[in-house]
Amino acid sequence: MKKLLTGNEAIARGTYEAGCLVASAYPGTPSTEILENISQYEEIYSEWSTNEKVALEVGAGASIAGARALVAMKHVGLNVAADPLFTIAYEGVNGGLVVITADEPGMHSSQNEQDNRLFAPHAKVAMVEPSDSQECKDFIKHAFEISEEFDTPVLFKVTTRVCHSKGTVELGSRVEVGIKEYVKNPKKYIMTPANAKTKHLEMEETRIPRLMEYSNNSPLNKIEWNDRKIGIITSGAAYLHAKEVFGDTVSYLKVGFSWPLPDKLFREFAEGVDKLYIIEENEPYMEQFIKAMGIECIGKEIFSVCGEINPQIIREAILGEKVEEGYKLDIEVPSRPPALCAGCPHRGIFYALSKHKNKIVVTSDIGCYTLGSAPPLATGDTVICMGAGITAGIGFDKVNQMADRGKKTFGIVGDSTFFHSGMTGLVNAVYNKSNMVVVILDNRITAMTGHQENPGTGKSLSGVEAPQIDIEGLVKAIGIKESNIRVIDPYDMDANANAINDALVATEPFVIITKQPCALIKDVQKRRANLYCQVNQDKCKKCKTCLRIGCPAISMKDNVVSMDTSMCNGCTVCLQVCPFKAIESFGEEVI
Amino acid sequence: MAKSLLLVGVGGQGTILVSKILSEGLLEEGYDVKMSEIHGMAQRGGSVTTQIIFGDKVYSPTINKGEADVLVSFEKLEAARYVPLLKKGGTLIVNEEEMYPLPVLGGLEKYPDGIMEELKDKIEKVISINARVIAEELGEPRSQNIVMLGLIVKALGLENIDWKSKIMKFLPERVHEVNIKAFERGINV
Repeated sequence: MKKLLTGNEAIARGTYEAGCLVASAYPGTPSTEILENISQYEEIYSEWSTNEKVALEVGAGASIAGARALVAMKHVGLNVAADPLFTIAYEGVNGGLVVITADEPGMHSSQNEQDNRLFAPHAKVAMVEPSDSQECKDFIKHAFEISEEFDTPVLFKVTTRVCHSKGTVELGSRVEVGIKEYVKNPKKYIMTPANAKTKHLEMEETRIPRLMEYSNNSPLNKIEWNDRKIGIITSGAAYLHAKEVFGDTVSYLKVGFSWPLPDKLFREFAEGVDKLYIIEENEPYMEQFIKAMGIECIGKEIFSVCGEINPQIIREAILGEKVEEGYKLDIEVPSRPPALCAGCPHRGIFYALSKHKNKIVVTSDIGCYTLGSAPPLATGDTVICMGAGITAGIGFDKVNQMADRGKKTFGIVGDSTFFHSGMTGLVNAVYNKSNMVVVILDNRITAMTGHQENPGTGKSLSGVEAPQIDIEGLVKAIGIKESNIRVIDPYDMDANANAINDALVATEPFVIITKQPCALIKDVQKRRANLYCQVNQDKCKKCKTCLRIGCPAISMKDNVVSMDTSMCNGCTVCLQVCPFKAIESFGEEVI
Repeated sequence: MAKSLLLVGVGGQGTILVSKILSEGLLEEGYDVKMSEIHGMAQRGGSVTTQIIFGDKVYSPTINKGEADVLVSFEKLEAARYVPLLKKGGTLIVNEEEMYPLPVLGGLEKYPDGIMEELKDKIEKVISINARVIAEELGEPRSQNIVMLGLIVKALGLENIDWKSKIMKFLPERVHEVNIKAFERGINV
């Protein structure tokens, strides 16, 4: 049966067909839907882990215990999971272990565009790269087999265009591979220095040469001989773009198994063509290897390491064809950046913080609240990575004190991010006597990636009831004094202001927990469906204060401020900031 | 020869849903179909794009500058933003809906006047409707996207595919009736 599947859906399908039994991940674009789809298969135990390191360790444990295991994450997630990855590479597997890295050339929704192919030679793990949905499904099955045959975790590298593109996929049926026997083997699974030394040597002397041999003979690496004037070595989505441009008029070496790289195949192909191009996204990963072999080729001289590759870029770079531009208008088009939603519970606290702009520094984090840094709220000084909202704040605060700047540091973190890597940061803040304020925006969901459950939501990935981790209790247990904790409703502007005022004068680490669920949660939408605010035009003085909260439901057109009542959920933040009491609230909650 | 369709709009308008329905229908018709979407932060009111390419054999899932045979915009400012991707001589289908981006709402930037006039002036083939008015007449403003689906199907001459079953597959049962009506209104504009 043929079905139209995204790469992520196809990976899930392949994982199912391969007889996988355990899957774990932390959500992150463009990888999120892999686990969401795997969780539909009852045969596979699947979980949202608290972070990527945890997910990989869960997968490694399952693999050693004898089951096929899949672990998924976005590219920056692999940085978090790098620690276990490098050692699991030594230990190898029992049941196959596949680790997905979903990279983002072009950074559509990421903080950087690192090329995670470079992790494979660094960690010395086999790597597989599919180009489209069909290959996602087929290659994931190969990946499990490679993992078991060569006793290595397999890095499975995809990109946004592979994950989020739909293509036709021929479905197969599941093969039950069962659970392998587990035999206690400390030399293999306990990496004390003595054992690790043996394993490192064994990898270099046995596993890698075997993998190199495989790479040169793998069905995943294939040559398509056509006209030999031009030869192209390529992989992933770049293969599809090249094929779109050249069709069957040039020869291709399509690399689907990309660590170790196929040296003999490269030489054979290079010798068979007049001119050799390497088309790959981001880093010159294959190009450097090929050039180091003494083979002449053209790559990053004509292609950028930044951003995605597409057919047009290839056409211009290789054929020198300037494409005919589309239409051009004379009007200036304003930007449309993402914004905090109408009724978003984060808006109130950000607006309250923005009132203290000159007295505070705000170290923000990865999540919807990153958008609090955008105008008009413009409340945020740094965004680095998950968890750094707290930890960068600790460092920032220390220097602020050394320089006697008289500024208080507020670190922002969401509930899911707090569980991901915020907790250790808070421990550090307490232990090292930071004077910063940590603001935990608890909206009861992992919102930015599209509403995944987390340890605070009371449900697991499969929708089963789960224990709810109590953030306030946790904060207390970590050592924040009760007198230094404020749990508030961020829709209440007095509560926001009071909590911030108390935090500003605190001389010890201070935590504000804002509790109000994401406005887009279905139950919340239902409950608040009849609530809305409206501008009383008789009282409105057009002072524009309400526009400064950056709510997409409020607009000023022809000098009239009005409210889109279908968007508004009656959070009343605008009502509370209006100095002329010109905004009124209506409706009642649906119980 | 493959045909490329670029759908653009604002997060929350249902462009991705329409793209999914279209892709399913085209697949059923026997085409090779590639669909690509960019989302992530787009749900928060940002600009959303999806790309559908269909034909006998399709490799790349991306549409570049001046390559889209058809550009469908669910909001008129987004039409202006993405027309550089429309092929010379291609068709623009646009919903005359106006949704102000945040910098406009806050008075930092201006929503330009005369977008429709400019589009019709520069582009030979423009089909435009006010899908919101039609959807509101039907009593379900959120069915705007399905009105647009009807319009797209008509413009591409794909009326022979069973779109109603696709609409029913992707939407919850309680809104089937209103969306089928929305589709019919779109196809008969």
